[in-house]
Amino acid sequence: MTHRFPIGARVSVSSSFPPGHVRTPFFVRGKTGIVTEVAGEFPNPEELAYGRDGLPARTLFRVTFLQQDLWPDYAGGAGDTTVVDIFEHWLQEADASEGAAGKGERAHV
Amino acid sequence: MSENGNDQQDGGHSHGHAHDHSHRHPFQPDLEDGGYSYYQVMTEAVAELLLEKAVITSEELRKTVESIDSKSPAFGARMVARAWVDPDFKARMLDDVIAAADELGIDAGGIPIKAIENTDRVHNVIVCTLCSCYPRLLIGLPPDWYKARAYRSRVVREPRAVLEEFGTSIPDDMEVRVHDSTADLRYMVLPARPKGTEALDEEALAALVTRDCMIGTAVPKSN
Repeated sequence: MTHRFPIGARVSVSSSFPPGHVRTPFFVRGKTGIVTEVAGEFPNPEELAYGRDGLPARTLFRVTFLQQDLWPDYAGGAGDTTVVDIFEHWLQEADASEGAAGKGERAHV
Repeated sequence: MSENGNDQQDGGHSHGHAHDHSHRHPFQPDLEDGGYSYYQVMTEAVAELLLEKAVITSEELRKTVESIDSKSPAFGARMVARAWVDPDFKARMLDDVIAAADELGIDAGGIPIKAIENTDRVHNVIVCTLCSCYPRLLIGLPPDWYKARAYRSRVVREPRAVLEEFGTSIPDDMEVRVHDSTADLRYMVLPARPKGTEALDEEALAALVTRDCMIGTAVPKSN
């Protein structure tokens, strides 16, 4: 199955703050990570929350962020990561300049 | 509160007990003393309507609550122990936790669950920063600290410091990987089998696998 973002794609999370029920945590908005897994297709929770059917289903991606990209003053290991499940409509292809700490060759899988 | 004899001044114990006047001890507050929250009222109302309209019976409701409360980390621990002794089972568990649970007669429910394997390079820990998503059917109800804002906010911000507070020290050259279950999947950590457990049978191995080992705030010890 083809998805909008292949595994290994560098993606940025929308820096938007819409009202309503949203499953994208604030701390990753505007941040850049790498798609490490495609979790599958799921009804859109932003629609389900209001009694609608959530269809068409959206692709849910597992996106791995380097801690250093999330928290500039991160004091733990340089390779430490956080993996967050994010729906496709929150993601866009990352600019080459974004997420500098994540430019290494690590596969994060 | 003072109507309930719960007044702080009344409960002072600066005097001895060798006295004959009756005085009221402060009661431990009941759950209801804080007043019902909006969602508690909503829950009660929906439950009452479902009963009134005979959609469910009180007995069914009671049994469901009892069933949820009966889930325990023992289920997940059995799966981990089996994965340690049977590499084929482990592969199937990493591929599909619900089907693997079914092999052992364990009902893992319908929400997709992923097992995340600890290795000598990566230590995994799970959180739900948005609420309290948790693989309840395999490891029971989440502990209060898992639902608390302190754990939820800090474990993504300073995971190593949080792990240290749980007595879990991860070497600097290992990656700490935090999994935030924000959406439709639940996660459980498949911890590494500790050294020195070669002689143990599956049941003894399962006893080493505690709840926190499957959250990732601890690692199994060989005792």
